[in-house]
Amino acid sequence: MEWRHKDLISLEGWTREELHFFLEQADYMEELMNRPIKKVPALRGKMVVNCFFENSTRTRVSFELAEKMLSADVVNWSASGSSTSKGETLRDTVWTLEAMGADAVVVRHGAVGVPDYLSKKLHRASVFNAGDGTNGHPTQALLDLHSARKKLGNLDGAKMAMIGDVLHSRVARSDIQAFRKMGVSVTLSGPATLMPEDTGSLGVEYVSDAREAARGADILYFLRIQRERQEDGLIPSIDEYHRRWGATDSLVALASPKAAVMHPGPMNRGVEIASSVADGPNSVILGQVRSGVAVRMALLYLCLGGAR
Amino acid sequence: MVKAQSGNVWTEKATVMTERDMERVLRRIAVEIVERNKGLDDVVLLGIQRRGVHLAARLREIFKAEEKVKVPAGELDITLYRDDISTLADQPVVHSTSLPGDITGKRVVLVDDVLFTGRTIRAALDAITDLGRPERVQLAVLVDRGHRELPIAADYVGKTIPTSRSENVEVRVKELDGTDGVVICERNGGAEHGVEA
Repeated sequence: MEWRHKDLISLEGWTREELHFFLEQADYMEELMNRPIKKVPALRGKMVVNCFFENSTRTRVSFELAEKMLSADVVNWSASGSSTSKGETLRDTVWTLEAMGADAVVVRHGAVGVPDYLSKKLHRASVFNAGDGTNGHPTQALLDLHSARKKLGNLDGAKMAMIGDVLHSRVARSDIQAFRKMGVSVTLSGPATLMPEDTGSLGVEYVSDAREAARGADILYFLRIQRERQEDGLIPSIDEYHRRWGATDSLVALASPKAAVMHPGPMNRGVEIASSVADGPNSVILGQVRSGVAVRMALLYLCLGGAR
Repeated sequence: MVKAQSGNVWTEKATVMTERDMERVLRRIAVEIVERNKGLDDVVLLGIQRRGVHLAARLREIFKAEEKVKVPAGELDITLYRDDISTLADQPVVHSTSLPGDITGKRVVLVDDVLFTGRTIRAALDAITDLGRPERVQLAVLVDRGHRELPIAADYVGKTIPTSRSENVEVRVKELDGTDGVVICERNGGAEHGVEA
């Protein structure tokens, strides 16, 4: 297959065939993680800048590992203490990075649309969206597809229950788009105060009762609940949230016996997920972390290669 | 610049090996491997993706039938070790690498379909170095077509076929192509650089 994407801003333009091809390439990248020497020379001489304007540990480390395993040169640019705090515009920052020879910029930003804007401003370098505001987190969606597919095989026709704070979640937005593209039907559940108004236009159903969403599901996806949401008055109490929408053994028991339990991390044990579920036989949460490195390697490899 | 093969039109010029020739040649290579290594102890077959994998499987079958030995066989993908990645128009597709176990201390026989510039084998040697430290590495190829760009030679050669650079040697295996055999193809227009099969 001829790979036509240079950037990853959103998965909107990716076809199902491209997703299949991509996930297979990621399978082979995952093999590398089992080797004694976890490094190949594929991206030798390429420079990747990780530009994180918002805190992140797992996504940044995951990208960094992927870059290093492919032998790219890695530069971490953090917003605090950088020229941004001296008043430099975002555009000037990335132009500076490109002038220094960056072949790719991985960007996370609190504002919606920053990766898209940068991809239009950069002349040559690839841009990878590592999360923009509440808008999207496409590499999370790719890793979720990868680990769900590893557990379930074919995803076409599978049923997913996504439970939790959908309203504030960029993971939810990207995952809904990606899983639907692969033929998965998605049902949302959680407090109505944490749901977007336009669930219909997302192509998903909403039920307030988590048990109804979980019944017969092949994938149970639990979203992180930020404790501040209680202070905001959006959830009654942590205890009640856990009882009604948290991942408990009794909730998981309603799903298909082979169901995959997923969580994007970091987990709040005892809030949106019980420890017995997080560490239980259906959990693929650590598999998701492994998939994260594999899909980011595949992304870097496919988008950064070729004559420019 | 070498362009992707899909962009060229190739016409079949001559058949240089039939199914029976291929079978006979593989049997001879199998015998040579046994002779050179004084048996098959510690021998591991490593087929290079994609057609080398199938040729290695054939050798394994011959060893099973003739020597009553099950030789471990694995597959090696060298894509991520290529030296031309930044010059190709499209990223080459990655295939699976899987070893039958630790290769350290083993006698690895690399199996490939066509030996041409030698760059694939250079990449394979780098890949092997990252995977373990074999006692020795030998190379078996079905066809040696010349035009080496690196100091690399095969230990076992099915057939040496002199070619021009505008030609392409295509090895076909039943598992991927539906038929066994080797043909020479010529590119229409006959440009100056060939494409490694």
